[in-house]
Amino acid sequence: MSERPYPDEPAGPFPTPPRTFTDGEGREITIRVHEGRNGAADDAFDALVRMYVDFDPADRAQGIPPIGERRVRDWLDVLMGGFNVIAWHDDRAVGHATLVPDGAVYELAIFVHQDYQHAGVGTELIRLLLGYGASEGVERVWLTVERWNQPAVSLYHSQGFETTEAESFELEMSLSLDQSSVES
Amino acid sequence: MKVLLGIGGSEDSFRALSQTVERAVAAGDELTVGIVENPETAQTPDEIAAAVEERLAAAGLDAEVRQIPGDPGAELVRIAEDEGFDSIVLGGGERSPMGKIRLGHIAEFVLLNSRVTVTLVR
Repeated sequence: MSERPYPDEPAGPFPTPPRTFTDGEGREITIRVHEGRNGAADDAFDALVRMYVDFDPADRAQGIPPIGERRVRDWLDVLMGGFNVIAWHDDRAVGHATLVPDGAVYELAIFVHQDYQHAGVGTELIRLLLGYGASEGVERVWLTVERWNQPAVSLYHSQGFETTEAESFELEMSLSLDQSSVES
Repeated sequence: MKVLLGIGGSEDSFRALSQTVERAVAAGDELTVGIVENPETAQTPDEIAAAVEERLAAAGLDAEVRQIPGDPGAELVRIAEDEGFDSIVLGGGERSPMGKIRLGHIAEFVLLNSRVTVTLVR
């Protein structure tokens, strides 16, 4: 793979979690950091597993999330090695954003449960994840997105991602962060 | 079945080789292994050829191994058509740290341009 370019200018500033807001459907959503996996009895992790087990298969992209609880758990175990924020509606996990280590850089993805899409949850999730990542010293972030997923592409652009490769079925995008990316 | 496997040295292309060899032994397919130049991998064509021969010998399968110079996707599609292959087999993509599947550029080109059936091995 060729060396991926990153924007010269850091993006942001982004807010840091936790944050509570009212979504487009009038629901009170709170976004909080999820600190890895805390042993077998981790209610937050189990709630996240339930979100993905119930995830609409039509909303899958590039092979994730996997299907079936066992595969979801194995996959989430990998993601828990990075930085994670979860969107909560009461005690229901309704969205998740993650930065997964890829050498010295991070791969980003966000997922919003089908019942909570088109309500601004994805925008809040990505902004809080980037604020959290920047505050933890993350400097370079990349992602891929299916090129026909225009809402996602627009969201990433609006937060400062720049397209680095557009010749494939997927677009690749990247973003830079530094301490100025954290909202004070 | 007359099968053309394209291999450029990526991990998924070696997985495709293993499965295709196994299937060829079981089904009696006539297999040709085409070694292409994949700029996304570090292995030289000779190194790939040696690995392919080793795999074929281990399986006891007699298959033609040839180097395919030029544009990998375009040449695989052309050879498959010109020489009456029933299908082209390729690796089905690599996974990112996140677990997202990304198809290689060769697979994308062949999928869109081939007139013969294309199999992507997962």
